[in-house]
This record gives sequence, structure tokens and C-alpha cells, in this order.
Amino acid sequence: MTHQHTQAEAVESPKKPAKGKAGAAKKNRLSGGFFRFVITRFLLIIPTVFILVTVVFFVMRATGDPITAAQGGRLSPDELQRRIHEAGYDRPLLVQYVEYLGNLLHGDLGTTVTDNQPVISILTRYGAATFELAILALIVALVVGIVLGRIAAKHRDRLADAGIRTFAILCYATPVFFLGLMLKLVFSVWLGWLPSSGRASLASQAQFDRLIRPTGFYIIDALQLGDPAVLLDVLRHAVLPALALGLLTAGVFIRLVRTNVISTYNSGYVEAARSRGVSEKRLLSKHAWKPALIPIITVMGMQIAVMLAGAVLTETTFEWKGLGFMLSNYLKARDFVAVQGIVILIAIIVSVANFIVDVVSALIDPRVRY
Amino acid sequence: MSDATKVTVPGDNRLAGLNVGRRTSFFGRLPIVRDLRIAVGWQKAMLVVGLVITAFFLLVAIFAPVIAPYGYSQIRGDDGTAFPTQAPPSAEHIWGTTVGGFDVFSRVVWGARTAVIAIIVAVILSIFIGVFLGLVSGYFGGWIDRVLVVIADAIYSFPSLLLAILMAIMISGGQSSLWGGILASGISITVVYIPQYFRTIRAEVMRIKGSAYVESAKVVGASTWRIMTSHLLRNSTRTLPVILTLNSSEAILTLAGLGFLGFGIEPTAAAEWGYDLNRAVADVTAGIWWTAVFPGLAIVLIVLGITLVGESLNDLADPRLRARKSAGEVIGSIEDTSVEPKVEPSADNELANELMAAEHHDTTGKEPGNE
Repeated sequence: MTHQHTQAEAVESPKKPAKGKAGAAKKNRLSGGFFRFVITRFLLIIPTVFILVTVVFFVMRATGDPITAAQGGRLSPDELQRRIHEAGYDRPLLVQYVEYLGNLLHGDLGTTVTDNQPVISILTRYGAATFELAILALIVALVVGIVLGRIAAKHRDRLADAGIRTFAILCYATPVFFLGLMLKLVFSVWLGWLPSSGRASLASQAQFDRLIRPTGFYIIDALQLGDPAVLLDVLRHAVLPALALGLLTAGVFIRLVRTNVISTYNSGYVEAARSRGVSEKRLLSKHAWKPALIPIITVMGMQIAVMLAGAVLTETTFEWKGLGFMLSNYLKARDFVAVQGIVILIAIIVSVANFIVDVVSALIDPRVRY
Repeated sequence: MSDATKVTVPGDNRLAGLNVGRRTSFFGRLPIVRDLRIAVGWQKAMLVVGLVITAFFLLVAIFAPVIAPYGYSQIRGDDGTAFPTQAPPSAEHIWGTTVGGFDVFSRVVWGARTAVIAIIVAVILSIFIGVFLGLVSGYFGGWIDRVLVVIADAIYSFPSLLLAILMAIMISGGQSSLWGGILASGISITVVYIPQYFRTIRAEVMRIKGSAYVESAKVVGASTWRIMTSHLLRNSTRTLPVILTLNSSEAILTLAGLGFLGFGIEPTAAAEWGYDLNRAVADVTAGIWWTAVFPGLAIVLIVLGITLVGESLNDLADPRLRARKSAGEVIGSIEDTSVEPKVEPSADNELANELMAAEHHDTTGKEPGNE
């Protein structure tokens, strides 16, 4: 039933833009359709990023220039005026906008107001930390989501199912910073098992400074050093933040795995396999499971946006020095040039992630190609 | 009124309760009431628990002045002595006091009011704007539709918290006072959720606008406004209750997130849980748990309550997920139809063929006129 449904949608959707290029693409769908899809989808990133950059730029400037925002109270009016003039913030907004777009194409995102650093260097220095946290959290989310989701689907409408679903909703309902604070309170303050903040102890940090080519990914750097003590230290620091951020998204995965396994479990071909005498265990792990994976990949891409927002809060809670931590610091300092740069970077990451997810799901499921 | 027949065996009363030919009362058709009727088992329990929690917070929000022993920004007792700071729970301050000397219990109670107001502002604004844009975009199509869809998609794919931060910067420069703070948060959250309403309504409108009753309304000469409000809007709001509840819970989380990052409401203007948690970060490291636990639990509980309601509504709307009633239980009502369902138009039914041909012709011939 569900198949018919999606098929009908897939057939219906190309009808609408049946003019010009899209119409040509439709005709050739069977031959070079996939590559056409990839290229069209890739080109769609450009307007998306452009819109976001435009929105971010004008929203940030709606309140005034960044220098007044950051240092309005601290500098004398004359000094302030001089700095604004030097940075060119007294020119018409449209001129600044065009210049900003031009610089952006060269990879220049401006210089921070408060500590006078090129924004791009902040992104490269702290990006790795956020990336590392996001990957660890994704692992937590997938493991928890898949294991619990399958259990819930197996025991549908019974106590285990209700319990797991409540847990999933709790995961969603708990703000990531509150969960972080509670984990910190229990595991580092009361029990004293794990460190409460940071990415590594001072001793390990000193070790990393010796590396000729540090990657910024502490786990990889620790492996490079080959010192098990450092690796353990890094992992111990990562447990709580990864758990907090991972559980935030785990709820979504639990729900998704449960719903999809249930609906494939009830479909015709699983019924057919069951009537051939395939064991229930094998039905769950082979027949009902694989088709249920497709939506998980799609949602994984959508969760990247949620995770990046969650990372801002998690990093602030655990003083995990990544992009999110820097963003919240710059927000506090009202350094809007830095904020703008980080936000635009996140916009680009999200767009690219969505593109990759669409391509992957088109590879798996031909009906997605439009 | 034609009466459908109940085919049943004498002595079998299982179908006696079916209300054939009767229209369900208006009360019975209200979203939550209707869902309460068809829910069974765990699903019903979840829905009821969710409703109870939500109602509890609504009551707390309404009666906050009666329940809270102190004001949200009160740092001195009635006799003029200052409250102790970071004091553990005691008889005077049952949930302790914060680093600023606020009474935690009072802040949590007043916070419910802030949360509820923020939800109301956010949801009402985003519904009105989102539904309106969705109607316009879906009905008229063309370039307006394309532009709106691209913008909505761009905003939709962006992390909502970051968007809310940007809006908070624009609206209040990041510094909020009194009602301005609540409004700023509400509007920031609104912008995030408009695309969701927009997308849902647009999809529904696109589906409905080709249907026969819209066509016939056009033929009869109904104005565009009338078609949009009474034909399209009424029939496209099916999924709104689900989105509405889920968005309310997200609105609370976004508000708390804003507060936690220092972009919420000043403590002297209103009590806000996210701000309180922000102040509690340092406390937790020192082992002071009461400033973090209570506002945090309040957020978890209210979001849990609203989400339980939304999830149940969502599951009940999807027949694949709805828990099945055991045989013999009355599932709902059967509306009577004017056509005998078993009789299909035969191949030599001229009228049916003509109608189908006309319909086919109409949909294909409509494309160029649209542009």
C-alpha cells in the first residue's frame, strides 16, 4: 500500500514543472537520469545558500553596524565613528552587501570585531572539534535508536513498546543543556567518574602541541601520539557531551526505526516470506529491516541541522571548544561579524549535507529521482 | 435522508452502537475529543497523560500569582531582609534560592506563565501567516509559489535555534525588556515555524484545488476569497492539530535555548526557565543541584505533556499506527452515502463515460490557462 502511494507521488510530481529544462530531464529519465538528478540537485544548493546568506546579512545589519554593537559603550563617539568609517560600515548597505558576497566567493568572511581575527581561521581551528562531537553523537544516536526501535517494533503495543516510546519522547522533551547539566551533576560532581568539561586534560593538551601535524580531531591526534593514556583521557572527556547530544537525536531515530519496521513488517512480501516459513527472527533482521533503512538515511541528513543547533548548546554546557562554543561566546560579546561567519558556514554545511542525503537516497531508491 | 442498512444476524448486537445516518455532534468532531474516543490501550493512556500534564501547566500559568509565594524578581522578604543566596531547600524557600537570591519555586511557577504566553504568541502568529501564505501559494501557483517554496525550504532546512537567535538579534538587539522580551522570543520562534504550516497547507491546497467541489464552486461563480476560505481552508486543516501541538513543544525548547544562550528575557522582566538554567551551569559544578533541577524538570514535563498529546494525535491520524480495536467494539460512525458502493458504472453507461472524459479533458486543458 505504501508503495503505491509513493509511486503515485513520484509520478505526479514531475508533472508540475513540465516546461523547459525540467521537461527535457523527464524525457531522458531512464538514460542519464541519475546524473542529471545529481547535477540539478547540486545546482539547487546555490540558491539555497544565496538566500540564507542574504537573510543572515540583512537580519544582522538591521540593528546597526557590528562595531557599535560590540564596543558601543567602551569607545568614545569620535573613536567609534573613526572605526566605523575605517571598516566601511558607513557606506550604503547594498554596497556592503555586494562587497560581502564578493569576499565570500574568495573565502573571506571578514575579521572579528572583538579579537581581530579572520573569521575563516576560527572556522578551521574550531570546526574539527564540532565535527568530532557530531560524529560521536551520531554514533550514540544510531546505536540507541536502532536497538531500541527494533525492540519496540517487535513488542508493538505492549509494555516494552510503551516504555521505549516514552523514553523516546523524553529524549526529545529534555533540552540538551539540561540533560548535559544532569549528566555532569551525577557522573562528574557526585560520582566523580568523568571530567565535567573541556576536551582533554592539560597534560594531554601539552602532548598535542608536540605533534607536527595535528588534525584537531583529538581522537585521531591521540592515536597519532600512540599514547593510550592520552586516548583514554580524550575519550573520557567525550563521553558526557556525546551522550547528551546523541540522546537528543536518539528519540527521533527510535521513533523512525519503530514506525518503519512496523510498516514493512506488515507488508505483502514479509507476509509472503512468513508463509514460506522464514523464522520471525530472520524476518525482522532481513526482510523487514533493509527497506526500513532508507528513511533512516534521509532523516539522518535532516538531523544534521538539529545536531548543529544542539552542538551550540552542548558545547556551551561542557565548554567543548568548538564552533558552537565560540558562537555562543561571540554572541555574548555581540561580535556580529563572527556570528555571521559561523552561521553562514553552518548554512553551507546543512545544504551540502542535504544534497548528499538526497543523492544517497536516490541511489538506493530510484523513485526519488525527479 | 437515506438510511444505510445494518447487515447483521438476529441476536448479534455488536453493530447496534454504530450511528448510521446520524451526524456526529460538533463536540464529538473536535480534534482532541474525537481522538479520545477512538484511542485505545496505551495510546489512550498516552493521550490522557499528555492532556493532564498540559492542563496542569495551563492552570499553573493562570494562577501563578496565587501559587507562587514570592514575585519572580523578588529578592527581599516582606520585612525587608534579603533572601539568602544559593540556599538549599528549606521551609521558607521550598526549592532553595539562586545565586541572585531569587526563590527557585516562585521562578519556576512564574516561568510557566512566560512559556504559555510565548507558545500562544508563536503559534497564533505562525499559523496565521503560514496558513495564509500556504493558501495563496497553493491556490495561485505560478512564480509566487516557486519563490515562496524556495524561501520556505531554505529556512526550513536551517537549524531553528540559530534562526531564532538571528531574529532575536534583529528584533531586540539581543537585549530584552519586559513584554518586548516575550514578544521578541515569540516572533523569533514564529519565523522558524511558518515554513512548516506553509508547506502542509500548500500541499493540501494543491491536492484539493483540482477536486470537483472546488471546480463547481468556480462554475457557480463563487469569489476567489470565498473559495479560499470556505472550500480550501476548511478542508486543508486536517493535519494542523498535530503540527500545532508538536510546534508548541518545540517553541518551548527554542525559547529555553534562547534563554540559555543569553538571548531570552531579562530576569527582572519575567521568569524564564532557560535563563535560570544558564545561571545554574556554574552552580552544578559546585554541587548545587536545586537551581538546575527544578526549572529543567519543568521544561521536560511541559514539553513531555504537549508532545504526548501531539504524538497520540499523529498516530491516531495514521491508520497504520493506530492501535487496533478488538472485533465487535464500535470504531466510529459510518456516514451514509447516496450511492450504493457495490454498483460500479458499467462500460456502456454513457453518462459515466462522458463525465470521465470531460474530467480528463479538463485537467489536461487547464495547464496553459494556469500560466
